[in-house]
Amino acid sequence: MDTRNFTFLCYGLVAAWLILCAYVVTLAARERKLQRELERLRLLVEEKEHTG
Amino acid sequence: MRPKIMLAMTGIAALLLARNLYVILQVLPDEEHQNAAYRIMFFHVPDAWTAFLCFLAGMIASVLYLAKNDLRYDGFAASITEVGLAFGAANLVTGMIWGRVIWGVWWAWDVRLTTMLVGCLIYAGYLMLRRAVEEPGERAKMSAVVSIFAFADVPIIFFSIRWWQHQQHPEPAKLPPEWWAALFMNWIPLLLLAGVLLMLRMEQERIQRQVDGLRRTIHAF
Repeated sequence: MDTRNFTFLCYGLVAAWLILCAYVVTLAARERKLQRELERLRLLVEEKEHTG
Repeated sequence: MRPKIMLAMTGIAALLLARNLYVILQVLPDEEHQNAAYRIMFFHVPDAWTAFLCFLAGMIASVLYLAKNDLRYDGFAASITEVGLAFGAANLVTGMIWGRVIWGVWWAWDVRLTTMLVGCLIYAGYLMLRRAVEEPGERAKMSAVVSIFAFADVPIIFFSIRWWQHQQHPEPAKLPPEWWAALFMNWIPLLLLAGVLLMLRMEQERIQRQVDGLRRTIHAF
């Protein structure tokens, strides 16, 4: 039996870092998506400049 | 230059966190009633301070955007609000876990918890609003107004313990001095991490402005 409440301490510490790590993962995913979108739009502008 | 600064900040934060974890887990004794679980507070409280600071900076940047009409202030406000919300969520979840030990329930509807939840929901709404509005100028103006109004909740959260004294949440002023030292020492690495996350997020805002500019160019053809 966890008489010193270590289980809840572990839950607390893990939760605190898990949330921040999840945020970092979403930041990284969004960065990749933005870079792809930027590249796609640059190509589109170049294409339009050549055709127009 | 910026990646080096971010790397240095992350390194210092990691070292400080390692040192703080040693102090929190090994040096400080168990609390009489809560045993080891009270140590959650050393992350729970600095998470809240970091979130409040981010929301304050977001509000100031929003005021500056409305005064100067410069989209960089809007980008800063959006970035820092999002970082603040991540720390606010960490504060809420760690508070729930701590509350389960102390009160025997995962959620007690006391004023501080409820106002913090409301604050996080308002700021989540702020971020959703930004996704819903396409035109950058309009998005910035509407977001700035929401950010300024949303900040009204922060002093209510902060002073709720004094204003509603019957509530369950403990009074931080009664903490022993060595706990205060550990709290402040653990706030430093969290602030450094918030700074790194802010820089990463602001870079995304810069790319987003480029994307918006290219979209306008394509529409002009």
